[in-house]
Amino acid sequence: MVLNIFTDIHNLLLEYMSEEATHITELILIAAAYLGIFAILGLLLVWLERRVAGFFQLRLGPNRVGPFGLFQTIADALKLVSKELTGTVKADSQLYRIAPYFVITTALMSLALIPFSQEIQAFDINIGLFFLTSVSSIGVIGIFLAGWASNNKYSLIGGMRTGIQMISYELSVGMAIVTMVVLAGTLQISEIIELQKDGWFIFQGHIPAVIAFMIFMIAGTAESNRVPFDLVEAESELGAGFHTEYSGMNFAYYFLAEFVNMFIIASIAVVLFFGGWLSPFGITDAIPFAGLFWFTIKVIGVIFLFMWFRWTFPRFRIDQLLTLEWKYLLPINMVNIVLMALMVWLGLTL
Amino acid sequence: MSYFSDIINGTKTLLTGMRITGKYFFVNLFTRKYVITQQYPDNIDTLKMFDRFRGEITLYHNENNEHKCDACTLCVSACPNGSLEVFGDKKPDPETGKNKRYLVKHIYHLEMCTMCGLCIEACPQDALEWGQNFHHVQYDRSKLTKVLNKPGSKLMSGIKG
Repeated sequence: MVLNIFTDIHNLLLEYMSEEATHITELILIAAAYLGIFAILGLLLVWLERRVAGFFQLRLGPNRVGPFGLFQTIADALKLVSKELTGTVKADSQLYRIAPYFVITTALMSLALIPFSQEIQAFDINIGLFFLTSVSSIGVIGIFLAGWASNNKYSLIGGMRTGIQMISYELSVGMAIVTMVVLAGTLQISEIIELQKDGWFIFQGHIPAVIAFMIFMIAGTAESNRVPFDLVEAESELGAGFHTEYSGMNFAYYFLAEFVNMFIIASIAVVLFFGGWLSPFGITDAIPFAGLFWFTIKVIGVIFLFMWFRWTFPRFRIDQLLTLEWKYLLPINMVNIVLMALMVWLGLTL
Repeated sequence: MSYFSDIINGTKTLLTGMRITGKYFFVNLFTRKYVITQQYPDNIDTLKMFDRFRGEITLYHNENNEHKCDACTLCVSACPNGSLEVFGDKKPDPETGKNKRYLVKHIYHLEMCTMCGLCIEACPQDALEWGQNFHHVQYDRSKLTKVLNKPGSKLMSGIKG
């Protein structure tokens, strides 16, 4: 049904313009749609975070603007749009202005690979997961540039910490993904989901898959710079960390990108471990929009786990952060890959 | 071997923390039982303050409209910022014929009061007490000056003047 809509639009465009022009127009349309998804996702997740945080902290959270306070974040975004873009005199103005776009561009590029349902995936290449991990590594440059170009000691410390943290934990995220790729035998996201029709990978790969999932969740939290790994922002020590000097919409870009990155990491977890848009036991395979529904439900479940971490655990010290990665996660991860390879070789997967 | 026991202990304590916060979240999600914030302007009519809340100074009156104040003005001298004014007068007691002090007006300036409670501690008769009223907002400052003794109230019998 969704496919029909897409082919209808394609045919409609072909009637009025040439094949190349149609292709370009479609690309622009998809880009616009993804920009919309980016904004809506960011705003919705900020609302969800604040509401969930309220319940965790024995409060109610935003509940005044619109039903259940849903429009609160829209009001906040409007406020941020209308604010003046300030900067410091001694900042490296070119880098300072360009830095937020690194972050949102990489978030948007990763978003293109997310399979919202069987039909809705903008960019499905055979090295999907590899592309995803490499693209999301570029995001750190934006944060690093922001810390450097602000010419502010707190920003710089925040940026340096980002460098340390992202480079360390990217290893764990990558190796947890590799563990699941060993099981799947492919990097293409749509194929990975197809392979889970008989059982999600967390059940197919049982013990090593569960260990990989736990490592992925820990490292994913660190990758999205969330509590307990928020040394980058560390309000009590660094003001606001790397985005101390940013205001208005430039700040909002960082803010939204952080939440969209969380969504992307949750989506990867859902794709790798919980069968993407597949329904449990294939109960709703016949219904056209069910894939979107199941994908959203699963992603919100994983995001809720991230939020649960955030409002429970205290922040790490920088040495504890590195100890956790290099002395615990990495060795366990390496053993886990070998274990998974052995299981696949001996045919012990379910 | 502390390497593995560290991992297990760490996981265990993290899960303990998550159990506690998780209980708060799910109970609040469905019942709002643990929510402690007040939706203030909405529940202004039903909101009840706790017993020890220092809302304002009140003069205790019993059901016969009798109070315990004999206008000794100790509360006035105890007040650090002059929030209280007590006007008394003397008239002969019908039983003994002696002159006896009685309260005419007990004036309380809420706008100057810091709720320190020294007047309540100073009162030898325990005539003053805390009121739980929290909604003091007025458009005119003069409305914050209150007369504490109710019209037509008398001294409680058994209180020496």
